[in-house]
Parts: sequence; structure tokens; C-alpha cells
Amino acid sequence: MVENRRYRNLVAYLVLGMGVAIVAFPVYLAIIASTFDAGTIANGNMPLVPGDQAGINYERALFTGGRLAREPVGMMMMNSFIMAMGIAIGKIIISILSAFAVVYFSFPFRRTAFWVIFITLMLPVEVRIYPTYKIVADLGLLDTYSGLILPLIASATGTLLFRQFFMTVPDELLEASKIDGAGPFRFFKDTLLPLSITTIAALFVIQFIYGWNQYLWPLLITTQSSMQTIVIGIKKMITTQDALTEWQIAMTTAVLAMVPPVMVVIFMQRLFVKGLVETEK
Amino acid sequence: MEKRALFSNKLLPYLLIFPQLAITLIFFYWPASQAVWQSFLLEDAFGLSSEFVGFENYRLLFQQPEYYRAMVTTAVFSSAVAILSLSCALLLASQADKNLKAGHAIKTLLIWPYAVAPAIAGVLWIFMFHPTLGTLARPIKGAGVDWNPMLNANHAMLLLILSATWKQISYNFLFFLAGLQAIPKSVIEAAAIDGSGPIRRFWTIIFPLLSPTTFFLIVVNIVYVFFDTFGIIDAVTGGGPAGRTTTLVYKVYADGRLGGDLGGSAAQSVILMIIVIALTAVQFRFVERKVQY
Repeated sequence: MVENRRYRNLVAYLVLGMGVAIVAFPVYLAIIASTFDAGTIANGNMPLVPGDQAGINYERALFTGGRLAREPVGMMMMNSFIMAMGIAIGKIIISILSAFAVVYFSFPFRRTAFWVIFITLMLPVEVRIYPTYKIVADLGLLDTYSGLILPLIASATGTLLFRQFFMTVPDELLEASKIDGAGPFRFFKDTLLPLSITTIAALFVIQFIYGWNQYLWPLLITTQSSMQTIVIGIKKMITTQDALTEWQIAMTTAVLAMVPPVMVVIFMQRLFVKGLVETEK
Repeated sequence: MEKRALFSNKLLPYLLIFPQLAITLIFFYWPASQAVWQSFLLEDAFGLSSEFVGFENYRLLFQQPEYYRAMVTTAVFSSAVAILSLSCALLLASQADKNLKAGHAIKTLLIWPYAVAPAIAGVLWIFMFHPTLGTLARPIKGAGVDWNPMLNANHAMLLLILSATWKQISYNFLFFLAGLQAIPKSVIEAAAIDGSGPIRRFWTIIFPLLSPTTFFLIVVNIVYVFFDTFGIIDAVTGGGPAGRTTTLVYKVYADGRLGGDLGGSAAQSVILMIIVIALTAVQFRFVERKVQY
């Protein structure tokens, strides 16, 4: 534009640099804390460069756990991983099938079925926690992976996303497959599924992060510590009685809890952005 | 919009839609209707029997000063987070929209906090501002402020607002950047040729053209603060000190915990459902029409 470009870019880099620094600082501090012993952190003068206790802290967190939440963090991460994968894969399967039905078949109550699913878009699990808890308890699903996963995949985002995508698939493709004598299964497997790969991957990325970061629901339905997810586990490591909190282990666990979803965002950025933008609109 | 060509199987579509419908009915409609039904019941102290009491739970709820306080807390919390995170994100996005060489790297460096769990974000911020060992609490105390978010409700609220904002900036940034990149460059160039400076161009052209994105984000941010910040509140303050950071959602959880006041908790759930449905309806109605293009 007409303004001096060099000056303009300097301002931009300055503002963005500050933004990046502010965004990164809390995490930087957590990484630093995970490399010191309890005493150094507790005296309130933790240095801003890494210490030499990282090996000890990470080993202890992963395989033994803190003093308060006695479970090894490695196991909590396994639970989180199973839950996140279950939510992502489960949601993709049920929603791609239902979207296929709604878009490619004409059947009585098609509109009704669509609306029944669509309404769920509006109400997150938080507003119906206790009744949902009771149902999961009645079904005997407390402290199970199914109990962690199923209530969280009861929502319409995936179905809407696939429906939207199927609508953009040209009708000629279906007509051509029909002429070739393909039935619904063949068409789904050989035509629709290969076309949907990017959409599936984008939904997977978003749902994995959503699942990994769940808090309220696992907090309610896991009573055994062996079923805890890492996000719940870290909360238990921090008590109001300061003397008992092992901050070095808590911050090590925080770093471990951030690694998988952050890696997903960084390395699958394009899919992540696509998923985020399309599931919201 | 309908497809021209369709399959004509009779049973198959029902089989395909069955898993989703079953899960939705069992884990969504059944509990949601139970919440509505329970809000009209009063359980005895042992949970053995319950009787239909009509709107009694709602009447009791609206007599509680704590409920009004939770409303005020929620309003303050959500407006502060929305205003703060939207303005920071817009500032960053407008700078990132300048075709910089390091643009892509900067974008990556700004969006990853989206992946941090709210509860973890809360833990990171307590650690920074912990009254005895927090790295950033020291300069505040050094300046003579008796900083203690564990005891001082205003400090606790401030800490919640900062951590919730920190986590939400990345989301708003992404959507603002997409919105900015969708504005045709020719419009902005035309204004520049007519002699309007960057600030004037921003407020008279870019900001109005961005209003659909802004409006969409305002609604999303309010819903975010209502529900997703549960983890932050539970990790940072646990609703305290003395219930002063208890939001509406946190109160639903706290009141119903351990089989406490289930009727009252259900009544609060129903009110929340109405609020969210209203917000969503507002979004669907106004996002496309009323906002100026």
C-alpha cells in the first residue's frame, strides 16, 4: 500500500513478537519448572533457564506418579489416549453413516431423524451432567472406557460436517456408479469414502483434541484412580495445602499433558484449521 | 437442497442412521428430559422418595442470593474474556494479515494454545501467579500489592479471566485472520489511493466488513466461557474464595455433587439450556442477516 512498507512491517513484527512471547511464556515456565527440584521451586526464586533435574522428574512422573495422585502419569496418558481415540473414531463412524443415510436415501421420517440429531448441536454435556451420570451408572458403565466415550459422541457436529460435504459431491458420480451396477455399499466404499478422506482427517484432529482435553465428564464418572485421565490427574496433584503440592511433578505432568494435542495442531495444522472452521460454521 | 439421484433401499437407511440415533436418544434426549422432569421434583434428604412440587425448585432458586451472585459472576467473567480475547486476537490478526515473510511460522506459534486443555491452562496460570512461589507474583508483591488469589476474590477473578483469555486468543485469531484474508484487497487499495491512512481504513472499511466474523465470535466466546471454562475454574479457584468465582455452570455441578440438591441443580440446568438455545437461535437469526456487509 502507500505507506512505508519497512516501517509497517516493523510494527507488525513487534506486535506479533509480543503476542507470541505472551502466549508462550506460561508454557515456557512450566517446562523450566519441570527441570528443577521441589526445593528450588518452593523458595520462590526459580531461575528462568533450565535446571538439571529433568530426567529425574520425567521418569518419576511417568512411571511412579506424584505423592498425592499415586498413579503413574504414563497410565493416565494411556487412558487419555484411549478416550480421545475412542471419541474421534466413534464419532467419525456414527456420523459418516448417518450422513450417508440422510443424504443418499429417501425414507419416511428422514427430515425428523435429521432434526432429532441436529438439535443436539445446541446443548453441551455440561447442562445435563447429573441425569447423564445416572444413566451411565444404571447401564453399569462407570469406570469404563465406554462410559467415558459414548455420551461425548452424542452430538451433531460430525453429521453436519459430512452432510455438508456430501452435498458438494456431484450427482453424476452416483449416477455413473448406478449405471455401473454399484449398490450403496460399493458406492460408499469405492467413491464416497476416498473422496471424504480430508474431511475425515480434519474431523479426527478436532475430535482428538476435544477428547484428550475433556475434564468435567471424566471427573464425574471415574472413581477408580486407575481410570483417571491425565487432565484429571494433574488437578489432584495440586492441593490447597501448599506444603503437599509437588510442583515439579505437577508441572512435568502439565507438560506431558500438553505434548500430544499440541503436536497434533503443529504437525497437522492445515487439517486442524479446516476442521475447526468447518465444524463451527 | 436435495440430491437428484438416490438409492431406494427400504431398510438400509434405518440401519445406517441407527447407531447415531440410539446414542443420541440414550445419552442426550433421555438425560435432557430427565433434567426437566427432575427440576419439578423434590427429593428427601436420603434420596429415597421424591414428590412433584411444580415450580417450587425454581422459586427457591430465585430466592437464593447465591444464584444472583453466580449470574453476575458469569456476566462479568464472560464479557471480560470476550472483550479481552477478541481485541487481542483482532490486533494480532490485523498484523499477521500483512504478507510477512515469517507469516506462516507466526501463525503456528499463535494457534497452538487451542490444544491446551482448559484445566491445564488454569494450572499453568496458578503456577505463574502463585502467591508464594509464582514467578510473576513476586514483582506484583514487590510493588506493594498484597497479591493472593486464594483469599482475595478480585484477584481470583482476574486470574480466571487471564487464563481463560490466554486460551481463547488462538481460536479468535484464526477466525479473524480468515475473515481479514477474505476482504478484497482492491477495496482497501481504493481507500488508500483516496488518501485514508491505515487507522482510518481499519475503522471505516475493514472493521465493518469483518462484523459477521466478530458477531459469530462473540456468541462462540460467550458459550465458551459458560461451559468450557469449567476446567479452569475447578483448577484455579474451585469456585472460591467463599463462592465468589462460582459461575452458573459451576453451581450446577457444586449443588448437585454427592447427591446434594438434585432438584435445584436440575432447575439450574434447565435455565442454562434455555440460555444456550436462545444464544444459538440469536446466532442463526442474525449472523447472516442483520450484520452489515
